Amino acid sequence: MGVRQILTGWGRTSATSGTVELLRSEELAEVIAGTPCGPRGAIARGLGRAYGDSAQNGGGTVIRLQPSVNPVWIDTDAGTATVDAGVSFDELLRRIVPHGFFVPVTPGTRFVTVGGAIASDVHGKGHHTDLTFGHHVAALDIVLADGSERTIRPSTDPELFWATIGGMGLTGVVTRATFSLLRIETNRCLVKTQRLPDLDRLIDVMSDGDADHRYSVAWVDLATKGPRVGRAILEQGDHATLDDLAEHAPKALRDPLRFAPGSPMPVPPVPNVMNRLAVRSFNELWFRKAPTHHVGTPTLTSFFHPLDGVGGWNRLYGAHGFLQYQFVVPFEAVDTLREIVDRVVANGNASVISVLKRFGAESGGFLSFPKPGWTLTFDLAAGVPGLGPFLAELDRLVVDAGGRHYLAKDAHTTPEIIRAGYPRLDVWKAIRRNVDPDGRWASDQARRLDLL
Amino acid sequence: MNNAIHQPQTIVALGGSSDIARAIIVALDSASLRTVVLGCRNVDTADVAGLQAQLSGASVTARHFDATDHAGHADWIAGVASDHGDLDIVVQAFGQLGVDAADDPVAAAKLVDVNYAGAVSSGLAVADHLRTQGHGVLVSLSSVAGVRTRASNFVYGSTKAGLDAFTTGLGHALHGSGARVMTVRPGMVRTSMTEGMDDAPFTVDAADVAAATVSGLRKKKAIVWAPAKLRGVFGLLRFAPDFVWRKLDT
Repeated sequence: MGVRQILTGWGRTSATSGTVELLRSEELAEVIAGTPCGPRGAIARGLGRAYGDSAQNGGGTVIRLQPSVNPVWIDTDAGTATVDAGVSFDELLRRIVPHGFFVPVTPGTRFVTVGGAIASDVHGKGHHTDLTFGHHVAALDIVLADGSERTIRPSTDPELFWATIGGMGLTGVVTRATFSLLRIETNRCLVKTQRLPDLDRLIDVMSDGDADHRYSVAWVDLATKGPRVGRAILEQGDHATLDDLAEHAPKALRDPLRFAPGSPMPVPPVPNVMNRLAVRSFNELWFRKAPTHHVGTPTLTSFFHPLDGVGGWNRLYGAHGFLQYQFVVPFEAVDTLREIVDRVVANGNASVISVLKRFGAESGGFLSFPKPGWTLTFDLAAGVPGLGPFLAELDRLVVDAGGRHYLAKDAHTTPEIIRAGYPRLDVWKAIRRNVDPDGRWASDQARRLDLL
Repeated sequence: MNNAIHQPQTIVALGGSSDIARAIIVALDSASLRTVVLGCRNVDTADVAGLQAQLSGASVTARHFDATDHAGHADWIAGVASDHGDLDIVVQAFGQLGVDAADDPVAAAKLVDVNYAGAVSSGLAVADHLRTQGHGVLVSLSSVAGVRTRASNFVYGSTKAGLDAFTTGLGHALHGSGARVMTVRPGMVRTSMTEGMDDAPFTVDAADVAAATVSGLRKKKAIVWAPAKLRGVFGLLRFAPDFVWRKLDT
């Protein structure tokens, strides 16, 4: 029997209480087949890193999967891994990096599960070359609403497969996935860092130079007004080869595939310390400490997961929590990007280090977020009065420009905005209903955004 | 669902003709608000169109609700939920002033039945539903008249004292369930209920109570005073000697 528990997403907003069931992958199908659909449904939850209400289910069931005894299988010849859905990227990387492999795509934290990465179809700094995580998945084991267990592939079940990639866990519970890995020679990246004075310059440099690097991301200051609006630190990089290390960091050659990040330093419960002064000071320091132009060899951890060094950094926003607003607009709509940057800066509530990135092609998931264009991400403390009308305006600007919002981050928007951003939503709904006619799967977000 | 910035999608008002309830609904209007259900004793006088016109896009409906139909409250709530989905915010705003109650035991008992017993039976029905859905807020309109009762309206005051004790206790009972209760304690409010009466000190408009309510929801408060100053004022008045208290009530 499960335990009733109050749950929120990583943003610590919209708490609801659901019954958490801890189940082993092997017993899941049997349990699903043996229990009738409750009126409030069930949703799988990984490590709770989605920012909004997508992995919680008020009044319903929340399933947490326990990985099996041998949760990770690596085929070193083929360069693929078969991994239990409940395994975190942290654990996965600890197992594969020493063998000379990296995940094909990683989000900004290693503390997501493989199942969560599939449900949100996560992207990373390499989206313009590597696309999303789902793009690299060859097969999925999924438990459907009737308790049947199936292995689905893009070739054999294209509809259900691409409805599950980015499907927010609403087509069934993924229990295992096989995906390709990336071969690496070292545990370092070769990263070019440059300071850029304003948004226009940043847009130019990214548009010209992204194609030359596997990874590219810009940290933008959206808290400082005036002529320096949109000043940024651009990082463009690739996995460092042994030759790169011989040239730039010969000491790192001693143990080039070591991967053993220390445990994060926890943040105690504090009131919201992300006030305007703190944010502006932080951004000023962050910007000044960055070199104008520099080539470095950061470790995989410090390049891909810098925030993982601080455990529970989401607590810094205090009891009210925060929202992470992320949208994409097509490249043609770069003026909408400028307009939104201006409005966010004028509004003055954006928090530290916002992120700008250029997306590559769509992956094929019906509800996958990335599509070619500019994606901007920024944090907002949720306790600030008057956020509602401001966010509603931004939402409108985004969809009017042909853009959309990331479901794994959304915690506030409306069904209309999501419908406008995802033209294939109705096709997805039909596929979903076909495998879940009685409504076994549900989440707070699905109810809020009318996804079912 | 209430979203991360405390915007509801569905609001139910028990006592849907109440000026304060309607002001709260208007103050909670946003792009997210989709459904408003007004529970009214008399559906025909609910002025659905008038409220609809003040909202940006939500659909407003009126539904017959009788605060004294204690046995029917659970079904009433279940009926609204089955028609409209999750109940994000339920505003309990019905109540009467009962001007003759001090001289008429039967009228007084009736006032108790509406203001207090009705709040208890409907409040329990709402709480049970919110507990089951794992989220939602019951906003209940108490009054400073119940904080310390006075000669001029002590029957009314006693019903609000009962309601206040009930809703604050219910809030404790719901702790950890995902559902919450917020008790709102306005002073005198200029509404149709108080029409013709002289303004007492700290008298406010329904819109002020609504603004305090919305801010209280955002801050997840258990108790909201409107205006906020009344908290301090009554903190002192509670301990005023009886002869002073009687003097003040004129």
